Amino acid sequence: MTLTAESLVVGFPGRRLAPPLSFKIEAGQCWAVLGNNGSGKTTLMHVLAALRRPLGGEVGLDGAPISTIRPAARARRVGLLLQEEALEFWGTVLDYVCLGRYPHRRSLFGWEPDDERLAREQLERMDIGALAQRSLSTLSGGERQRARLALLLTQDPAFYLLDEPLQHLDLRHQLLAAQCFVDLARQRSRGVAMVLHDPRLARSFCDHALLLYGPDDALAGPAATVLTASNLERLYGVPVPL
Amino acid sequence: MIAARARRTVFVLVLFAGLAVASLGVGLLAGSVPLSFSDVARVLTGRGTSAISEIVLTIRLPRLLAAFACGGLLALAGTLLQVLLRNPLADPYVLGISGGAGLGLLTATSLGLGYAPSQLAGLIGALAAVLTVFGLSFRAGDWNLYRLLLTGVVFSAGCGALISLTLLLAPQAAVKGMLFWLIGDLSGAGNPGWALAVMLVLGIVSIMGAGALNVLSLGRDKAATLGVSVVAAEIVIYLAASAATVTSVALAGTVGFVGLIVPHLIRLLGITDLRWLIPTAILGGGALLSFADTAARSVWAPLQLPVGVLTALLGVPVVLLLLARRR
Repeated sequence: MTLTAESLVVGFPGRRLAPPLSFKIEAGQCWAVLGNNGSGKTTLMHVLAALRRPLGGEVGLDGAPISTIRPAARARRVGLLLQEEALEFWGTVLDYVCLGRYPHRRSLFGWEPDDERLAREQLERMDIGALAQRSLSTLSGGERQRARLALLLTQDPAFYLLDEPLQHLDLRHQLLAAQCFVDLARQRSRGVAMVLHDPRLARSFCDHALLLYGPDDALAGPAATVLTASNLERLYGVPVPL
Repeated sequence: MIAARARRTVFVLVLFAGLAVASLGVGLLAGSVPLSFSDVARVLTGRGTSAISEIVLTIRLPRLLAAFACGGLLALAGTLLQVLLRNPLADPYVLGISGGAGLGLLTATSLGLGYAPSQLAGLIGALAAVLTVFGLSFRAGDWNLYRLLLTGVVFSAGCGALISLTLLLAPQAAVKGMLFWLIGDLSGAGNPGWALAVMLVLGIVSIMGAGALNVLSLGRDKAATLGVSVVAAEIVIYLAASAATVTSVALAGTVGFVGLIVPHLIRLLGITDLRWLIPTAILGGGALLSFADTAARSVWAPLQLPVGVLTALLGVPVVLLLLARRR
């Protein structure tokens, strides 16, 4: 299974954010996406998940253009953690996380008892099992972020696209969440790409990396060759101790 | 724990179904001529005297069913629009349907047209409002809900001004009837059969789509990543809510309060899952309007009040109590 970018141009009409990007996320790989604010990381994630059309090029999912795959089938294979999400949900944390099963529903009306069990497991995995019956709106920022991660885990796609998955999390839960996604890649053959702002986390958890330098330059490849001190210093404009 | 919640959900649904049945029962018994339970039972089993049969089957039952259909349709429309616009203050009239219908009907009435042509003008006004608001706010590739909401609110304000003007200019004798229509009144409701059919169809469609509606309440982008075709779903919701509102307005004028408050009432009782909320709201809206209309024609009988006054008088204390009790 592969998620490929072929000469992918991301940006807004009249404003390209990065050079044409070509890379291939394979099952079992864990990618870090690094770049300064406004360098197109979020836009790239949205394009990869088919939320937004690219300015040029194409996203391929197992060889087929992603725009030709029906929405529900796509949602079973590609999941996206949004950087920001609306907060108007009225229900409990468990209700919220169960919605991750929507693309897998077998009847028009609802989901199965199995789905709720799966949702509860993912809540435990994100260490918020005790909050299952709380109203989502009463959670703290970090707890809500873990609920959002749990929803994505409940969706159980083949490819996890994570836009700043570790934001709002305390150090212990940052490590717990990062380890969880690395394990998914290594042990359950999922493809993972995560936008990170900490190159040291990227080096310890990811095996591949994509650096977005702006409209004219980008680097993609194995972490060992891409995530070097000189590349990172050039990216952030400050020395990066590794 | 989850079992307790499921039990609570089922309990609320059964409670509202019971209220719906009770509202229909009370509506058949009460009125300017109070009937006994055995009188009504005899009529319903086909053994009543002709005078009582006339009251029950020709006068009370159609009006009750019209009230029930209106209430159910308004509660459904309110629920759908609150999800669509992500705005808890959305009600069936927020997008200008009441304004368009009112303008059409009141203008026709003040020009001296009869009952049926005025009703038709109201229906045309309502449909014109749906098309105008949708047409002005829809752009292919950029369907923006804020624009839809603002277009609807501004359109309503314009209609409201023209309705006030019409009321001022209309002949004195016609004004009271116009006010009844604006407050909401079921005394002129005709055969409710088609409204019940619309309620049934829209209710079934909405309940079948309720899973997608739940996902849509996470926001448009998140819903898209979970496989909902967002724009198509939103257009269907808008059209379904419009059809429900237009049907109700054609039957009873602009009954307020039901569509705004019934969905909130049910959320306050702990049901937030739209797969349960929608059927409960239809039953609750129908029951509320049936009770309110029975009161409207019985409490000061033989004087009849517009039902819209009673929906608010019955509903406001309940909702205020629930709000005050909550945490």
